[in-house]
Amino acid sequence: MAGDRFSYKLDSTLETVDNAEQTASRIASESGFDEDEVMQIAMAVREAAVNAVLHGNAYDPEKKIELEFERTISDLVITIRDQGKGLDLAKIPDPLAPENLLKTSGRGIFLIRSFMDEVQINPSQAGTEIKLFKHVHGTSEDGKEAPQ
Amino acid sequence: MNLKTSTRQVDGVAIVDCSGRITLGEGSVVLRDVVKDLLTKGQKKILLNLGEVNYIDSSGIGELVSAYTTVRNQGGELKLLKLTKKVHDLLQITKLYTVFDVKDDETAAVKGFR
Repeated sequence: MAGDRFSYKLDSTLETVDNAEQTASRIASESGFDEDEVMQIAMAVREAAVNAVLHGNAYDPEKKIELEFERTISDLVITIRDQGKGLDLAKIPDPLAPENLLKTSGRGIFLIRSFMDEVQINPSQAGTEIKLFKHVHGTSEDGKEAPQ
Repeated sequence: MNLKTSTRQVDGVAIVDCSGRITLGEGSVVLRDVVKDLLTKGQKKILLNLGEVNYIDSSGIGELVSAYTTVRNQGGELKLLKLTKKVHDLLQITKLYTVFDVKDDETAAVKGFR
């Protein structure tokens, strides 16, 4: 299955968030991840999609969300792009700081980072791209088969 | 499955049995409305039974925090009952497990209200 790539263009709606989560769950499951990992991947994608729909595109019907899944030798790579103003990483508070514990928002990026092996966030004036990596079992970080 | 709730009264405590998902959109709104409705009726001892809640996202976590602070700000108490492993783990990694008063036994939880 390595090398497969699937790409979707979706509206900026709550339905997109659910679809992104369900698609991630299916592809993660087909990629051989266990139940807990599938849940983590699906949840990370859901949180990234929420950010894209709400904070990036702000439900703008003219703006789209791009969702891409790629299975490399070493990873399942999921990319979510929006067409918003670009996420300001400096403005993301630490949700574990005592003064932020009782805030009602601001945990999405934290959960994404908790659940994935690597996260790349690339904001620009054209929008934000977030890349999520989950290592495939049985391979080392350089993509070679790990010794048994 | 979206969140479904039913509320029962036990020794002056409103126990809200929740099942399904607490996520952005309908799930969060359902929870918000239930808590708001109870507070409007003067019910300030609230026990959220999350034993059948199999999924919660960051918005759902935010809604639990909001419910907790709203009830507390009105002089009431909100506790959580019977967390599933997934919800328990989420509250652990977000450091909210020690913020909420979490119980496993319903009878003990009800007795624990002031």
